[in-house]
Amino acid sequence: MSENVLHVDHVTMQFGGVVAVNDLSLDVDQGEIVALIGPNGAGKTTAFNCITGVYEPTNGRVSFLGKPMVENHPQGKMKKLYSGEHAEDYPHIISPTPDKITQLGIARTFQNIRLFSALSVFDNVLIAKHMRARHNWFTSTFRISAKEEKRMREDATALLEEQNLLHLKDEVAGSLPYGIQRRLEIARALATNPKLLLLDEPAAGMNPQETQELTDFIKEIRDKYHLTVFMIEHHMDLVMQISDRIYVLDFGRLIASGTPAEIQSNQRVIDAYLGVSNDA
Amino acid sequence: MKNLENKRGTLITAAIIVAVFLFVGIAEKIAPPSWNMLFMVLKKGSIYALIAVSMNLLNGFTGLFSLGQAGFMLLGAYTYGIFTIPAADRASVYQYFDGGVVQFALPVPVALILAGLVAAAFAFLIGLPVLRLKSDYLAIATLGFAEIIRAVFQWNVLGPITNGSNLLRKFPVFQSTISYFIVVGICVAVILLLINSSYGRAFKSIREDEIAAEAMGINLARHKMLAFCISSFFAGIGGALLAMYQTSVQASIFKSAMTYEILLIVVIGGIGSISGSVLASFLYIACSEWWLRFLDQETILSAAGRGRFIAVMAVIFVILLALMVFRLVKPKAKSRVRYGVGAGICGAVLIWLIVFAATGQTKVPLLRNGFRMVVFSVIIMIIVLFFSRGIMGTSELPDLFRKRIKSEKEEVAS
Repeated sequence: MSENVLHVDHVTMQFGGVVAVNDLSLDVDQGEIVALIGPNGAGKTTAFNCITGVYEPTNGRVSFLGKPMVENHPQGKMKKLYSGEHAEDYPHIISPTPDKITQLGIARTFQNIRLFSALSVFDNVLIAKHMRARHNWFTSTFRISAKEEKRMREDATALLEEQNLLHLKDEVAGSLPYGIQRRLEIARALATNPKLLLLDEPAAGMNPQETQELTDFIKEIRDKYHLTVFMIEHHMDLVMQISDRIYVLDFGRLIASGTPAEIQSNQRVIDAYLGVSNDA
Repeated sequence: MKNLENKRGTLITAAIIVAVFLFVGIAEKIAPPSWNMLFMVLKKGSIYALIAVSMNLLNGFTGLFSLGQAGFMLLGAYTYGIFTIPAADRASVYQYFDGGVVQFALPVPVALILAGLVAAAFAFLIGLPVLRLKSDYLAIATLGFAEIIRAVFQWNVLGPITNGSNLLRKFPVFQSTISYFIVVGICVAVILLLINSSYGRAFKSIREDEIAAEAMGINLARHKMLAFCISSFFAGIGGALLAMYQTSVQASIFKSAMTYEILLIVVIGGIGSISGSVLASFLYIACSEWWLRFLDQETILSAAGRGRFIAVMAVIFVILLALMVFRLVKPKAKSRVRYGVGAGICGAVLIWLIVFAATGQTKVPLLRNGFRMVVFSVIIMIIVLFFSRGIMGTSELPDLFRKRIKSEKEEVAS
């Protein structure tokens, strides 16, 4: 029943001699909420960027809904610099731009909010509807595809209503309070009709109460839109409450994976977060 | 409620536009010859308005800092010239090139569209390598393209087509100002429709944040190329209109200085405001071609004229000084230094005026060839320093009227 949504296979991201993500493999199944945690600088956001096409991984493959989506092996000068294994396992080169990946059905939010801050809340959501509309610049300019525009507007209105943001529709996105900007960013990501939602530290800068609200919110949208959620988060309350499974990264390497209970008692994870004393 | 206010702003703007068109159409027929200067300014202003709006589409709405506008205007101007010179006149125009290779003439509307298409086609070819660049790098690359195009069009080997460095002339031109207004009006309307469409929103999202736009599924390469080609299309049409206005085409006038002029108009009008660009181009052309012309001429005053000059100057600067002092002594005065300096300057001018009056000079100081550009530059500096968002900021004419109505209501309420 649980269909595989995201399959990351031996992904390595190397910048020159620095290995930011080292041989990362993980799976996310349909309907799950999976968290990726780790100390600062562990390579979590880099891993997200490899999945969403912002970076082209040095080696490895990312499959989405069973189909290879990103694939690469060390080329050019990376051939010499590449220090990992599995270089021969991925003969193809597939490197779609981020917009292609969004079109396939992966939406994301950003660690530091990236709204179109000078535009209205409504426009922010409408822009996310742009790629799925059946129009081109000509029909759109001369209002030949006015029906499509109307449908986009209706969909955006409906989405804002569901997210309780409709009353802010004409506000300038950049002028909203921080918490609402976060919610709007998630709403905007939902407007692309994703199957998989990647959240990069959705609770950053939130107080405990807001974090609790966010926890419920993520579960709610998962059920409502039949989503799969893969997120990076530092708030352990949220992560432990909400996650079906957790992956732990440290220095680019996967050091543990399992249910929240398993992770909480994992000695390597505790060491990674607290540091290992030398005389132990 | 909001919609109603929205509509009212749009209606007022529409009424103003119709009134301007009617005025131009009617006044042109009945005005005395002394109004010629006004119509020249209106013609050139409308052409610059189109080009400024096309540049704003790229720089203000899509966030691509391009400086290739003069190059695309050149392409449009030459395309129009080459394809509309009547076959009978070709021998005399292309006298050094045996009448040239093109031996037919297209109708004016077709040639205008062709001018746009040629500019857009070149934009596509240039865009392929250049649009990967960002900000200053893109500006330098497009500037380089414009310079190369200008050089290539003066190349003798291309003479049978471009007439080398000689003039292209004798092509049909619009005689009436209203014709320019109609062509420019249609083009600006199309750009407005584009900006207010889904694609316009996509352009704005690229300006706001490229990474987020891409994450929302917007194909950056495709949308940037689209904006670049459409902007160049209208710059090409603008170039063709400029050729008509000048009744001749020569590659050497499409220098990068022309691009800077247009960039200046865009900045003065407000980056991201169509109506700002239009207003600013008429103001700019009026100032540079008409209102500030007197600054370039040495003027000896007659006795009566001298009295009038002193009186006008005295009134202006006394009022300015009073304003500055008023601001200075206000209890919660902000930026005292700025008003202090202003008051000082006004005082100095007044003291000089007294000396001027006392010594009985008749020659107006400073007025001589080139002084216009000095004053012009100072005005532009003042605009950039104190109104850095331009005349309109990012708002449009309808917004302006909407706001006024809103504030009136608030006054009534209070």
